[in-house]
Amino acid sequence: MQTTFSLAAVADPKIAEVEAIVRKCVHCGLCTATCPTYVTLGNELDSPRGRIYLIKDMFENGRPADREIVTHIDRCLSCLACTTTCPSGVDYMHLVDRARAHIHETYRRPLLDRLIRAVLAAVLPYPARFRAALVLAGLGRPFAPLFDRFAALKPMAAMLRLAPISVPAAAPPVAGPAQGKRRGRVAIMAGCAQSVLDPETNAAALSLLARFGVEVAAAPGEGCCGALVHHMGREADARQAARRNVAAWMRLVDEGGLDAIIVTASGCGTTVKDYGHLLASDSEWAAKAKRVSALALDVSEYLATLDLPEPADPPRLTVAYHAACSLQHGQKVTAAPKALLVRAGFTVKEPREPHLCCGSAGTYNILQSEIATTLKGRKVKNLEATRADVIAAGNIGCLTQIGSGTGLPVVHTIKLLDWAWGGPKPKELG
Amino acid sequence: MSAIAFLEPDAGVIARRGAIIAGLVECVGADGLVSEERELKPFETDGFAAYRRMPLAVVLPKTTAEVASVMRFLHAEGVKVVARGAGTSLSGGAIPEEDAVVLGLSRMSRILEIDLPNRLARVQAGVTNLAISDAVDADGFFYAPDPSSQLACTIGGNIGMNSGGAHCLKYGVTTNNLLGVTLVLADGTVTEIGGGALDGAGLDLLGLVCGSEGQLGIVTEATVRLIAKPEGQRPVLFGFPSSESASACVSDIIAAGIVPVAIEFMDRPAIAICEAFAHAGYPLDAEALLIVEVEGSTVEMDAMLRKIVDIAHRHAVMTVKESQSAYEAALIWKGRKSAFGATGRVADYICMDGTVPLSQLTRVLRQTAEIVAAYGLRVANVFHAGDGNMHPLILYNVNDPVEAEKAEAAGMDILKLCVEAGGCLTGEHGVGIEKRDLMRHQFSKAELDQQMRVRAAFDPAWRLNPSKVFPLDDRGAA
Repeated sequence: MQTTFSLAAVADPKIAEVEAIVRKCVHCGLCTATCPTYVTLGNELDSPRGRIYLIKDMFENGRPADREIVTHIDRCLSCLACTTTCPSGVDYMHLVDRARAHIHETYRRPLLDRLIRAVLAAVLPYPARFRAALVLAGLGRPFAPLFDRFAALKPMAAMLRLAPISVPAAAPPVAGPAQGKRRGRVAIMAGCAQSVLDPETNAAALSLLARFGVEVAAAPGEGCCGALVHHMGREADARQAARRNVAAWMRLVDEGGLDAIIVTASGCGTTVKDYGHLLASDSEWAAKAKRVSALALDVSEYLATLDLPEPADPPRLTVAYHAACSLQHGQKVTAAPKALLVRAGFTVKEPREPHLCCGSAGTYNILQSEIATTLKGRKVKNLEATRADVIAAGNIGCLTQIGSGTGLPVVHTIKLLDWAWGGPKPKELG
Repeated sequence: MSAIAFLEPDAGVIARRGAIIAGLVECVGADGLVSEERELKPFETDGFAAYRRMPLAVVLPKTTAEVASVMRFLHAEGVKVVARGAGTSLSGGAIPEEDAVVLGLSRMSRILEIDLPNRLARVQAGVTNLAISDAVDADGFFYAPDPSSQLACTIGGNIGMNSGGAHCLKYGVTTNNLLGVTLVLADGTVTEIGGGALDGAGLDLLGLVCGSEGQLGIVTEATVRLIAKPEGQRPVLFGFPSSESASACVSDIIAAGIVPVAIEFMDRPAIAICEAFAHAGYPLDAEALLIVEVEGSTVEMDAMLRKIVDIAHRHAVMTVKESQSAYEAALIWKGRKSAFGATGRVADYICMDGTVPLSQLTRVLRQTAEIVAAYGLRVANVFHAGDGNMHPLILYNVNDPVEAEKAEAAGMDILKLCVEAGGCLTGEHGVGIEKRDLMRHQFSKAELDQQMRVRAAFDPAWRLNPSKVFPLDDRGAA
């Protein structure tokens, strides 16, 4: 697509990146068809092509962000279905990241919006604060219908509804020796929200890997990947989180080596795999970040590299596999989770419209609760139509979102795999 | 590029913009209207993005009644209307004008009725082409015309352009698969044309509406034919040592009376582009590739393939490769259908759409290469060879005004060549603005005048997509 950036403008590497990305777009419109918000709202402005055009126009004219562009960029789930569809290879992810950072730098949001975002950024990435907030949310749940009556307070209502009834106890560090002959050494990312909401996921990954002879090393100092703040445009905060994690993992790399950094929440995985890009202009960290990104693997990717034995007593259950967007579109990991479930003895069903987002998308189901709820309904309907016994997914956000809309058990894929290969039956299955 | 002119905007209409917008809000509500300048910008173009015009406003109605109300209002106000489906037109069919309202059908995306005993589906105009096939896939049916943009393009847009696709060799283009439409006329009158059968009663107005590029009315609903899926289908790759041998092979297949479902052609640059995207196993050492799809029972497919392979051997075919699984077959089509977009990885491009008699294919391909080379540019060919519908993709740098002008000039030369070879300007993309000024090469003045009189019978004030299809000057006779 034609662009009209001035030479002076593209001297700024950030603008040069925007131009390079936009130049690849041929405006064919294929992306509109698989975009959850275009499918829901039927407006070009809420499609990837429309957003690319809005972003191009803003940067070409060197304008600060305005209400119109913020509306349509905020509605983007960053599910990246468009990048799977795009035949031209438009790097929409980094384009929308750049737009979000520009919005954060140049646009003053209404007071309530600012407050809610500040609270989310200050609480969610920190497990202790998040756990305390969830306990409080339990007390606040009866007020959700009240908040629902006011547009600006809808995010509060959505937050209260998403909070679990009971909050699990704090998880022990995710580390342990290999059983039998050691085949590898990895770190399992502890992360933030998942470690609070569903500590059994990493526990399952740990015990399964240990059984297969993999040592899991602890990485003190590692924390939230930074995705949450990054998607709010808080680029400096995201870089800070990335540097902290890179430092933590590089210590392990330097002391004993690491075969992989295993991520069990695919939303985080997408971000960790992009640390190399996020810190590319930071000369002190760029090389180390690139190394960390290269080591990062979704747990299903790593397991697929191991020679797995026949499960002794395979569970005879039918699993509807929900492909998390961050896994299928963000990381392009599509076959491994399904192949592992089949290998473990499950019958795997895929729902219709597997490319469409469930509406979770980080904090999206809090900040854009109406669209998120529509998408959740569509996803749950498709998943339930498979008549499966259980729904599996590889991302905590999806598990929470889908779980709040169906009576079927919703379980992290790794917990089903751990069960099939001798671990405990997931508590969700009763 | 700025060679193609639009009509001068009506300053009076632009001056009344505020009142017109207020009236449109009455028709579709504030939620159905886009009027902020920043938000209008993404509507300024379609798949022919080298040309752009800002619209006066955009309306996004949800029902035929809302469309009718918008059309009544704009008729009373004397305001122009440009219909838009998914905005994937490669000829600029949905590019707006400064004094025109864009009527977007994207919110009319419901499938209204599926009637399997009668083999038909009734859908709103904003339903995507592929969504129809998806909806009846489990029952063993599909909707046949399959433009490469079928994932995104709407049935309304397909009707506007009488779209084709790879599988039209056997099943025909949109007009052969359309049974009826709900058409909102220029003054807002709602009419039904056609019905549930291929040949409706009375004058074939349906044939007239199909391919009229949004100039006779706004299609809001369509009834289309569903076709039972074949027992089996198998795309086969044929690699040739030259474009000449491949195109001669196509001519011979058709001349022998064999009608496969599809015969698609790619030359070496196109093979490289598509293979890099789809990893479909296209032969990278071939100068030209044919994708031939046969369908039916195994016996039928084997028999037809044998004949085709025999003919291919007479043209020095280098590789013959059958898809071994449904997955491989899907990749073969994914690569072909993504060809235009995937070309965007390599360069900017404009896509031509001329159609030539099969006997002329070899010559036109050779001369196309010569024309493009004479302008110092590169070309990739990927097209529906079985029906002679060529799509040379002229590669250039859109940010370089000199190259842009050359690319456009080369394109015009190629289309003239197609007409001179006994073909026509457009196989399936429509005339739009892109080929409008070449219509005189295709038609005499008398022929154009007659077409314009038919057009004016539906839209006497020339308010519907007015800058498109017919050359701007000399419209007086109509």
